[in-house]
Amino acid sequence: MPMLEVKDLHVAFPRGKKDWIEALRGVDLTLEKGERLGVVGESGAGKSMLAFAILNLIAEPGRVSNGSIALDGQNLLEMSERQIRKIRGNRVSMIFQDPMVTLNPVLSIGTQMIETLRAHRNISRRAAHKLCVQKLKQVAIPSAEGRMDAYPHELSGGLRQRVVIAIALLTDPEIIIADEPTTALDVTIQAEIMALILKLCRENDVALILITHDLGVVAEVTERLMIMYAGKCVETGRTRDMIAAPHHPYAAGLLKALPQNAKRGEKLYQIPGSMPPITNLPTGCPYHPRCPRASDICRASMPPLEGGVACFHPLEQSQEAPA
Amino acid sequence: MITWRALLKRFLSDPVAICAAVVLLALILMAVLAPVLAPQNPYDLMQLDIMDSEMPPSWQPGGDPRFLLGTDTQGRGVLSTIMYGTGISLLIGVGAVLLSGVLGITLGLIAGYKGGGIDAFLMRLADIQMSLSTLMIAIIALALFQAAFDANVYADYAIIMLIVIIGVAEWPKFARTVRSSVLGEKNKEYVDAARVIGLPARKVMWGHILPNTLTPVMVISTIQVAEAIMTEAALSFLGLGMPVDRPSLGSLIRSGFEFVFSGSTWITFYPALVLIALILALNLLGDWLRDVMNPKLRRGDD
Repeated sequence: MPMLEVKDLHVAFPRGKKDWIEALRGVDLTLEKGERLGVVGESGAGKSMLAFAILNLIAEPGRVSNGSIALDGQNLLEMSERQIRKIRGNRVSMIFQDPMVTLNPVLSIGTQMIETLRAHRNISRRAAHKLCVQKLKQVAIPSAEGRMDAYPHELSGGLRQRVVIAIALLTDPEIIIADEPTTALDVTIQAEIMALILKLCRENDVALILITHDLGVVAEVTERLMIMYAGKCVETGRTRDMIAAPHHPYAAGLLKALPQNAKRGEKLYQIPGSMPPITNLPTGCPYHPRCPRASDICRASMPPLEGGVACFHPLEQSQEAPA
Repeated sequence: MITWRALLKRFLSDPVAICAAVVLLALILMAVLAPVLAPQNPYDLMQLDIMDSEMPPSWQPGGDPRFLLGTDTQGRGVLSTIMYGTGISLLIGVGAVLLSGVLGITLGLIAGYKGGGIDAFLMRLADIQMSLSTLMIAIIALALFQAAFDANVYADYAIIMLIVIIGVAEWPKFARTVRSSVLGEKNKEYVDAARVIGLPARKVMWGHILPNTLTPVMVISTIQVAEAIMTEAALSFLGLGMPVDRPSLGSLIRSGFEFVFSGSTWITFYPALVLIALILALNLLGDWLRDVMNPKLRRGDD
C-alpha cells in the first residue's frame, strides 16, 4: 500500500446558488515513502489546489466534493479538525512559493520555529530552541544561533526560503509538499535551494511532491512526474521516460517549448492558445482546441486515463517527440 | 513596521511631540504622586475647614499662602483637588480604553477572521451601538444607577461604573478598526502558512494576525483615552459622574461653575486649564503616532 493515496479527488467552488465549478476534476495520485513526485502544469491547472486539498485546507467557500485522500490508510477527509491538525505541519509539511510573504513579518524567526515545534511536540522552550538552531544549521544558515532573534525583513530572500525549509523539516515529516519553492527567488539562488531540498529529502528519506512549471527542475529532482491540465491529470509516469518520450500531445508540447530544446536562431516554440478557464471548459478533452492531433472523438468525449495517458491519439512509444 | 530605534529618532526630532509628552508625563507624575505632593488631602474631611471656603489664589488680595490656587466652597484647596482629580480622570480614561480595547479587539478579530454570519451580526451590533451617542447611553445608565442605589453605594462604585459604561459604549471603534485590518491580513500567505503548520484557528488569530493589526489600535487608543476623559468630564459636569467628595476634573469644573458669576472663577478655571492641557497632549501624541505609523506619510530616512 502506498504511503499517500489520492483517489478521484474533486474540488468544487460554488457559482451562484446551486451551481458548482470544479477546480479539480478527479485526480489520482500515489506516493511511496521517500519518493519524489513532480506535478507540472500551466498556471491555473489546479496544482496548488491539489496541495491544499491534500491538507484539507481548501479556502471557503470551496470544498472537496468527492474522492479520498489516504495517508497510511487513514482518510484525511473524514478526520476531525483536531485530528488533521496533528498531520498538518507534522507528518505533512509545505514549502510555499514566496518566502517574502510566508513568514509572519512581526514575529522573530525563533518564535515562529519554536511555535511550530511546540504545536506538535511536547517539549520545553529550551529544548525546542536547541532543536531549531540545529535545523537552521542543517539548511546551511550561517550563524544560526543569532538568526533565531532576527525578523524576516532582516534576511535575504534565499535565507528566508532556507528558514521556511527548516520550519518544514522541524517535525521530521514524511511528506513535504513544495509549491513552486524557487519561483520567487533569484536565478542564482534557485539552483542552490533546489539542491538543498533534494539533499535534505534524500538524507531524511522524506517524500517530496514538487509543484512547479519548470520541467528542467523536475527532470533533475523527481522520480515520477504528473502533468496536469485544467484540473485533470493528463499524463503520469516515470520522469525519465516521460521526458524522453512523452505520449500526451500536451506533455510533448510543454517539452518542445523548453528553451534548451530549441534550435539556435529559431523562434522559441509555444503551444498555441491558452488554457481555458475552469468556468468555461470545452466539451470532451479540454486540450482539444490547442491540440494538433484532435479529432471528432476528442471534441465529443473525455479520454480516460489509461496506461498513464489520457488521450485518444497518444504519440507512439517509438515515435520521436514532434520536433 | 517601524523599529523602536527609528521611533525614538522620529520622536526626538519633533518638538511638538516632545512638548506633548513632557506635559502628559508631568500630569501623570502629578496625579500619581498626589498623596505625597499635595499640600492637603481633599478626601480627608478632617482637614477641611469651612472657614477656608472660596479663598482666591494666594497672590490675590484675601488669598492664603496655604492655598496656592485658592479654595472651593467646601474649603478644599483647588491645587490639591486638581492633583487628585487628574488621577481619577486618567484612571477612568485609561480603564475605559482598556475595557473597550479588549472587547473591541476580541470581537473585531472574530468578526474579521470568521466572516459570514458572525461578522454581519457583530458589525450590525456595532452600527447600532455607534448610532447611539456614548453620552446618551452613559446618561441613561448612570441616571438609572443613581436612582437605583443609595448615594453612598453610588460614590463607592462611581469609578467602576464610569469605566464600564464608557468602555462598553466605545467598543465599536476598536472592533471596526481591528476587523478591517484583519480582512487585509487574513488572505496573506503567512496566515495560510500558519494553518499549514497545524495551528488551531485560535492561535492563528491571536498569535499571527493580531500582532499585525496592532499599529492602528495603538493610534486610536491614545486618542480614545482623551475622548474617554472628555466623556467622563462631560458626565461629571452634568452631575452624573464622580460624586462631589471624590471629584474628577469634570466635577471640579462643575462645582465651581455656580460661582463663576460671583467672581470665584478660579474654582472652575484651573481644573479646566489642566483638563485642556491633558486632552491636548493626548491628542497631539495620538496624531504624531498616527503620522509615524503610517508608512505612506513616512519619510525616507527610516
